[in-house]
Amino acid sequence: MNNIQYVAPQSIDEAVAAMAAANGTGRVLAGGTDLLIQMRAGVVSPGIIVDVKKIVEMTTIDETSGGYRIGAAVSGAVIGEHARLKKAWPGVVEAINLIGSKQIQGRASAGGNLCNASPAADSVPALVAAGAIVTVQGPKGRRDVPVEKIHAGPGRTTLQPGEIVVSFTLPARPAGSSDAYLRLIPRTEMDIAVVGCGVSLTIQNGTCTAARVGLGAVAPTVLLVEDAAKALAGSRLDDKALEAAAAACRAACKPINDKRGTIAYRTKIAGVLLKRAAGIAAERAGRK
Amino acid sequence: MSSQPYKWIGTRPNRPDGADKVTGRARFGADFNMPGQLIGKVLRSPHAHAVIRSIDTSAAEALPGVKAVVTAKDFPEQPNVIVPTGEMQVNLRDVTRNIMAREKALYEGHAVAAVAATTEAIAREALSLIRVEYEVLPHVIDVEEAMRDDAPVLHDHLRTEGVKPEPQKASNIAKRMENIKGDVAAGFKQAEIVIERSFTTQPVHQGYIEPHATLASAAEDGQVQIWSTTQGHFQVRGFCSRLLNIETSQIRVTPSEIGGGFGGKTVVYLEPVAVRLSQKTGKPVKMVMSREEVFRASGPAPGGSVKVKIGARRDGRIVAAECTIALQAGAFPGSPIGPACWTSFACYDIDNIQVIGYDVVSNRPKVAAYRAPGAPISAWGVESALDILAQELGMDPIDLRLKNAAKKGTKTSYGPTFDTIGFVETLEAAKNSAHYKSPVKPGYTRGVAAGFWFNVGADSSAAAHVAEDGTVTVISGNPDIGGSRASLALMAAEELGVDYEKVRPVIADTSSIGFNFVTGGSRVTFATGLAVVNAVKDMIRELKGRAAKTWGVDPEAVVWENGMARPAGSNVGEFDPLSLAQLAASAGKTGGPINGHAQLNVQGAGPGFGVHVVDLAVDRDTGIVTIDRYTAAQDVGTAIHPSYVEGQLQGGVVQGIGWALNEEYIYNSKGKLDNPGFLDYRMPVASDLPMIETILVEVANPSHPYGVRGVGEVPIVPPLATVGNAIARATGVRMTDLPMSPPKLSAALDAATPRMAAE
Repeated sequence: MNNIQYVAPQSIDEAVAAMAAANGTGRVLAGGTDLLIQMRAGVVSPGIIVDVKKIVEMTTIDETSGGYRIGAAVSGAVIGEHARLKKAWPGVVEAINLIGSKQIQGRASAGGNLCNASPAADSVPALVAAGAIVTVQGPKGRRDVPVEKIHAGPGRTTLQPGEIVVSFTLPARPAGSSDAYLRLIPRTEMDIAVVGCGVSLTIQNGTCTAARVGLGAVAPTVLLVEDAAKALAGSRLDDKALEAAAAACRAACKPINDKRGTIAYRTKIAGVLLKRAAGIAAERAGRK
Repeated sequence: MSSQPYKWIGTRPNRPDGADKVTGRARFGADFNMPGQLIGKVLRSPHAHAVIRSIDTSAAEALPGVKAVVTAKDFPEQPNVIVPTGEMQVNLRDVTRNIMAREKALYEGHAVAAVAATTEAIAREALSLIRVEYEVLPHVIDVEEAMRDDAPVLHDHLRTEGVKPEPQKASNIAKRMENIKGDVAAGFKQAEIVIERSFTTQPVHQGYIEPHATLASAAEDGQVQIWSTTQGHFQVRGFCSRLLNIETSQIRVTPSEIGGGFGGKTVVYLEPVAVRLSQKTGKPVKMVMSREEVFRASGPAPGGSVKVKIGARRDGRIVAAECTIALQAGAFPGSPIGPACWTSFACYDIDNIQVIGYDVVSNRPKVAAYRAPGAPISAWGVESALDILAQELGMDPIDLRLKNAAKKGTKTSYGPTFDTIGFVETLEAAKNSAHYKSPVKPGYTRGVAAGFWFNVGADSSAAAHVAEDGTVTVISGNPDIGGSRASLALMAAEELGVDYEKVRPVIADTSSIGFNFVTGGSRVTFATGLAVVNAVKDMIRELKGRAAKTWGVDPEAVVWENGMARPAGSNVGEFDPLSLAQLAASAGKTGGPINGHAQLNVQGAGPGFGVHVVDLAVDRDTGIVTIDRYTAAQDVGTAIHPSYVEGQLQGGVVQGIGWALNEEYIYNSKGKLDNPGFLDYRMPVASDLPMIETILVEVANPSHPYGVRGVGEVPIVPPLATVGNAIARATGVRMTDLPMSPPKLSAALDAATPRMAAE
């Protein structure tokens, strides 16, 4: 093993400086549930590990005039216990809470899940559907990026050298809004999504006035499926609209055959999950 | 239920090893260490099939910290001799090639060299410095493909055994076997309905949580000590002795606590390599497999194909049955094709049976035993075909099986005639169960299937010692993989008439107790249990002699009752009873220590039968199967410790459901395993399943003093077809290829439902 340096800065500026100084060999440690496994498997061997769990902004959740700012290193368990966030964004919270097992939830974060850049990351389709904005800080300062722009391909992001994901911002939205996330796994837990689907909706007087759809594990990156959202928006979420949205999801799929599923199966399931997730989101929206 | 009024048998005390296991004090294979030990690591073939042209170890040997490198050259050639290992047979010529590839690498993960170094990091680096020159050959993974004439041949010397005239050409079919009863052609002529189907299964891993691990220390004087996680430390001793030409008594093997075996730890992988590295370096050598190595290079159970043909009359009576089974042996001959054939129709009293089996090699790890080896595969075919028969006849599936059930006096197709067995009782117990009598919930369907396993006896030794204070140590030599220590202590307490807490069962190393065959074949509670009972009887005989000596009477005038020596009658004289503690306290004056011993080759293992019932739902859109309720009924003989009998049934069912629904080896086009880990090799997790309900049908085995039958293997036999039968009844689609995973079931449902396919 090489010598690995470890720092646990108190501020984002220090963390960014440490990452910049590492010349590409730095790795951010939040929960470590991906990083430590990859190190043990010999997939990565960082020169420096930058532990961000001492940085307040990255480990807290704030309400911001109807919206929420979630620190990128907040653990899934803490997010799952935030009652108001869970009521406002049940789909986002349930997606984050599906990462790993109960034990993993005590460590794993949405920021880590995003930066690991797996197309099957559970939290990402729900965050895409939610229209989450990611705040990124790097040597050149801060920038805000729609979450769907972060993934570049399996294991690759659009983050620039030295950049750290600081937080997610979920926007305020009108009454009658809700969201849902469903994934298909062959087991009931401890598994990786064969397909994941997040749907966020606003319903007024029985009509869907706004919709966003995120789809995971069916392409090299998590997809924002705008055609599915268009099929839902303006409809009363009747069977015809749902089938049109499902067809849009199937059309958006660019999956591969692998050990977790076939092209045909993933494509079919994308449509199935869209219908089911939309149904759950609609029911949640109507209940408010 | 048993009518015997036992005090301890049938109770549920805490297991003697329980506290250590829940507090983390128990020592498993990787927990053994010695001062100055080296770490051993194995270099494995990246190719599924390749000639090994040369191996250059010089750079690895030159790396500071590397103390030794071994290749096949360090292991003597072995004769073409078949020896038993657990419930399977292995050829020594093949075993030495499996632990270290010789002429060829025969599967991805096949060991080609090993190093011992001062640290694991150095050992790993050394592996990367070993240069192996391979000539990659075409490979074959699938059994049916391996049987084709144009398939790549694994072994040039291999001629199909059991074929006349003897073949001149090398083949991947190592053996053809058949067992025949009656006249199937004549039988099928009487049939009014014939069901004929083909089924396939994929290899599955035993999935023990603890990877293989060993520590070996070869001393300068030739003595060797080994600590190992194994189901048979006497087998570890025997294999190391033969493979390394060391006298058996020079080797002492101590078994660790074992984190699961299920048959997969009845063979050796690391131990001979660690001993050889220790011999070369003069240092203890520790070796622990990673999970990936476990998947690539150990186990699994075979995959196979089963063609079944069953002829019956309209009243449900089966008149003829035929079955052809081909099993994947892995890289070397020796799949459990025998048991697969013999068990296929063992549940049923059928006059005309023909079973043909093929043992087939392919470029996969050599298979190892896995709970009732071979039986789940043939039962998957036979019990599915029976379900089709029941559906076509409009018969209740349990009634169909009752109509044809084997009973005492039924002659099997493979020879023996059954003594007292409990299949009819088990079928009736399932039929009368609360589960089977309950209405099926809307959206769910019910499936039923049965299964059989012989169970085995074989060699066991045991000893019982009375300590100075009258407490008792029971010593046996079988690693405890399923609660056997508790059962042995219960039988000893019952026999001796003392409290269970006064009996401490221990598992001795190979130098501290006589030979014991492996923990396997569901034999330990039965066979080693009998050895323990006999050792305690031997000790009681000694205790009675000591009381007789104390009282100055004949030993025959003393009886042993409730843990005390008493005069046999009033004519013997008036003597207060002597307790175990009193006899122990005075032992020095009556002849010294009081011990008992027994050693025997145990015959008369009672076969077991299981009948399983499942209620499940199929999500038609996704192909996901949800198990709502599952009941396993089994004739278990006398349940010595019912909790561990129930645990065996529940564990077997869970593994069987995994086999049915999700478990499979996924190979890429180069013959490399794509899912060597528990994430993508999908065994069930706890939340996948309901509590498995059990019904213990206690039909005592007449060949055991307490009526014990083996129980651990039967429960993995029925679940494959139980689940498949319920899925077929739920969907109208009969799945014939395992696993019935969501993508496969979904595709089958879509193929059967044009509307979905058109979407």
